[in-house]
Parts: sequence; C-alpha cells; structure tokens
Amino acid sequence: MVSSGSPEHTGFKAPAPLDAAPRTRSRVMMACKDIADGFRLWRLAATLGWLDIRLQFSGSTLGPFWLTLTTAIMIGSMGLIYSQLFHLVLKDYLPYLSISIILWQTGLSALILESCSTFTRATETLRSVNMPYTVQALRTMMRCGIVFSYNLVVPVVVFLIFGISPGPDVVLALPALLLWLVDSVALCLLLGCACARFRDIPPIVGSVMQIIFYITPIIWEPKQVAAHAWLLYFNPFYSLLEIVRRPFLGQIPSATSWLIAGATSVVFCLLALFVFSRSRSKLAFWV
Amino acid sequence: MSGSVFDAGRVAPGTSSISIRDLSLDFPIFHGGARSLKKLLFKRGKAALTSSRSLRTGGEVRMDRPDGGPIYVQALDDVSVEIRTGERVGLIGHNGAGKSTLLRVMAGIYMPDAPNVDIRGQVAALLDVNSGMNPELTGRENITLMGRHKGLNTAQIRQLEQDVEEFAQLDTFLDLPVRLYSSGMIVRLGFGLATAITPQILLMDEWFMAGDFHFRERAEKRLSSVVNNTDILVITSHALDVLEEWCTRLIWMEGGQIRMDGPTAEVMAAYRTDMQVPDDKA
Repeated sequence: MVSSGSPEHTGFKAPAPLDAAPRTRSRVMMACKDIADGFRLWRLAATLGWLDIRLQFSGSTLGPFWLTLTTAIMIGSMGLIYSQLFHLVLKDYLPYLSISIILWQTGLSALILESCSTFTRATETLRSVNMPYTVQALRTMMRCGIVFSYNLVVPVVVFLIFGISPGPDVVLALPALLLWLVDSVALCLLLGCACARFRDIPPIVGSVMQIIFYITPIIWEPKQVAAHAWLLYFNPFYSLLEIVRRPFLGQIPSATSWLIAGATSVVFCLLALFVFSRSRSKLAFWV
Repeated sequence: MSGSVFDAGRVAPGTSSISIRDLSLDFPIFHGGARSLKKLLFKRGKAALTSSRSLRTGGEVRMDRPDGGPIYVQALDDVSVEIRTGERVGLIGHNGAGKSTLLRVMAGIYMPDAPNVDIRGQVAALLDVNSGMNPELTGRENITLMGRHKGLNTAQIRQLEQDVEEFAQLDTFLDLPVRLYSSGMIVRLGFGLATAITPQILLMDEWFMAGDFHFRERAEKRLSSVVNNTDILVITSHALDVLEEWCTRLIWMEGGQIRMDGPTAEVMAAYRTDMQVPDDKA
C-alpha cells in the first residue's frame, strides 16, 4: 500500500502541539509499549471482535452464515461462467477459484479495507477510556479472522464435492497464515492512523484494491500468462497470496514467494511502527 | 485487584502523584478540506512552487491556513499542577475553561507521551456518561468488557457483575441494550462500574451528579468508601456545595489557564465574589 503509506512523511507533522518541548521519552519505545500492553489485553480484543460480529448479524437467523451463503453463490456462478470463458475444466478450475476468492475477498482485501476504520470506529472509546490503541488493531484482526473462518467452509465443501484432498502439504499454510496475522496488526496500525487523519484515504484504498484484484492471479491462473509469469513477482500481493494458496492446492509455494512475502511484511511492520509512533499522541484529537 | 494480569501503572500505596509542568495544549479542529489528503498534497505542491512562509502565529484561535488547514484552539495554556497523595481536588470554572481537557490529560487520553506530564498510580476516569460503553450491547456485556479491560479473569468478572448489579438496581434492564436506558439508568450503570474497582487516582467529570435523589444518596455513600481508599481524587463540577463537601483544594480555571489554586474555602470565596453568586452560608 505504497499510495497510502507515503503521505505520512508530509502530512503528519501538522498538528503537533508539543513539538518544541524536549522529547525525553522515545516515541518508538512508547509505541512498542502500547503494542505490548495491547497484546496483554488480547482477551478484551477477542471479546470486542466477537461482539462486533454478533451485533452485525443480530436479528438474522442464519447469522454470519449469510456471508458463507453469499460467497458460495458468487463462487458457484463465477466458476461456471469463467470456466466457459477460459475454456477450463470445472473440476480443475472451481477448487482453484474457490480458495483464491476466499483468500482474497475475505482475507487480504477485507483485512485491508477493514483496517482503515480501526480507530475511527472506536471514537467513543478512544476519547473516554485510557486503553492501549493496539487493542483496536487486535479487535479488527479478530473480526476479520472470524469472518474469514466462516467463509473457509466454502472451499472445503467444493473440495469435498470434487473429491480433492490437498494432502499433507496443507500444513505449510499455517506459517503463512501466521505471517498474515502479523501483517494484519501492522496494517491496522498503519492504515488506521492514516485514515483517522485523512478521511479520503479509505475510498483511495478501495480503488487500489479493486485494481490489485485484476492484476493479481485470483480468477485467472499464473500459468495463463506463462511466458510473463515472472512479472507477477513485482506485485507483492501475488506472493502474499501464493504462500497461503499453494499449500491448499497440494503444492509447495516457491522460495521466491516466501522471500518476497517476508520482505513485504517487514516493510509493513516498519512503516506501521514509524507511522503509529508518530501519530499515537495525536490519535485522540483525530478520531 | 489481586491476580489481575494488568495492574496498569499501579504504584506502592501512598506514592501516587500527578505532576504537570508548563503544559500547553492546542486542539486541532479539522474542517472542510483539512481532512483530505488530496487537498493537502495539492496545497503542499502549490506552496512549494510559490515561496514558503512561517506558519505559526500567536493568539487564542489560530487561522494560519485560512484555505482549509486545521485551526488550532488553545485549550490549555501553560498549566502547571502538582497533586500529591491524599489530596481531594476540585476543578471549577466556566464551560470551556479547560477543566475537562485537563482531566483528560490526567487520564492519559490526551498527550499520553508528553514529557512534562507525569502521572503515577492507577487511574480510573469517569469522563462522560457512556464512559466507553457500547450502546448496542447489554449492560451485562458492557460489564464483561470493562472487566476484560481491567484484566480480570472470568470468576472476577462474575464478582464484578454481581457487585454492579446490586448497586445499579437495574433488574431486567441489565439484559437489554444500553441504548434503551434512560440517562439516569446509564449513570447508575456507569457509576457502579467505575467505582466497583478502587483505583489509586479517581478522575470524575460532573455527569455523575445526574440521577434521582434516592440514587444520589447511595452514590455518595459508595463514592465515599471509594474515595477513602484512593490516593487522589479530582472532580469537576458546577455544584459548588458538592465541591465544598468533598474537596480539600480547588483549582479555578479560566481561558485555559489556572486563575487560582489553593484551599477550598479561599478559592471558593474568591470565585463566588467574582461570579457574584450569593453566598448562601452567609
């Protein structure tokens, strides 16, 4: 998310009421303490995340399974249409499509879009309770995680229908999903702060995610651009997706994918720490 | 609080203190284009092409960027306060004098990293009626959240729930969403919650004076038991009789500055003269 990561250098200096005063306590240290305190309150974050989901679906009988149903219908219809368009065998294509769509739409994409409202959703709390800001990031992560796991039912059912099993390699998805969790906290802190200050960032992020959806192999397969497949590595979201997707398809993700995904995550974390440590003391005024 | 994993900032009994030195606080007010990244970048670009000028000037309300940059309102102007264990401090002054802002600074909500603000001791703040309660959730769920925030385990949360239930006397309303409560009921719940766990520093904004007479009597009883166990109490209120009863020291705020700071009787006398409030005790 370079487009929303760069403005911090310029825009975040403006409301600095205490810039002239000597900084005896390091901003980065205070931010790290906030993150550590936030993790110690993980039970609170988990409860908040659960309650968010429950409130969102209160009054509907199916509850969060509405999401599952919607996703199932979408994947079914997309599978039928695109397998015709691309001249693919449904048995090969539908499992690929189902896992890709889930990982993108309710995984990476949902996380990035939700992370924008990490702090703006919690205005009341931030203004009246002294609570580590990281709790809100963990809450967003929890919420996305719950929605994600509800939707994971869809590819599982597709795999069962077609009698496909990913085999033992599927365990390789676990470290990759762990990396996603780290990224999600970083993105919540990064985009959460940026979007609290600049309210036009969420729509920009939305447009960017739309573009990334088309340039990343999600509904199409990398092998369809065989000769130019190496170009895909310039898109870090491709690697982030591959390290989780390949194990589900019974394949081992390439070392290059892991390397790029790891490097991207490090960049996310450093950017997040930079932006969060600079905006932390002003967040209460921004939300 | 024994067994809690998160005794945030708890210090040895009797060593709590609040120390604020020369604190000034400007509120950024975002309006119009100040919230827009596109506009900001565009303006920066334009400014770089023309010549740059100095941005900050003095004054109460700063409009240094009339084209839509944030306006700053000075809420606190060079405020210094030292409060030690055992003090019961009341904040008085007009609306907008900076009382609530000062209270939020003490609670660590505004400027948590400022080097000239040093708060020692575990703080509980009753800043607004909702106090971070989620209006969509039931009272019981809000109690659970509060307990989780304090790092209590499930058994301790059950205990907290019982305690608050007994005090608030909301009966069946406790299982309904807080948004359905009357303002008095919200106060009962919020007050019961905030005073269920005795903090070392208790900060209260004036809202806790709401509620019917019967409730106020019980609230004061409960509050006195809490206050006797806290190291520091800071309250703001317009109810002068309440301040006279509770406080040993008054701080009179005006226009973001401290106008007077001293023993209750002294400050109250000066304040009454200034406000021309007839002294009902005379």
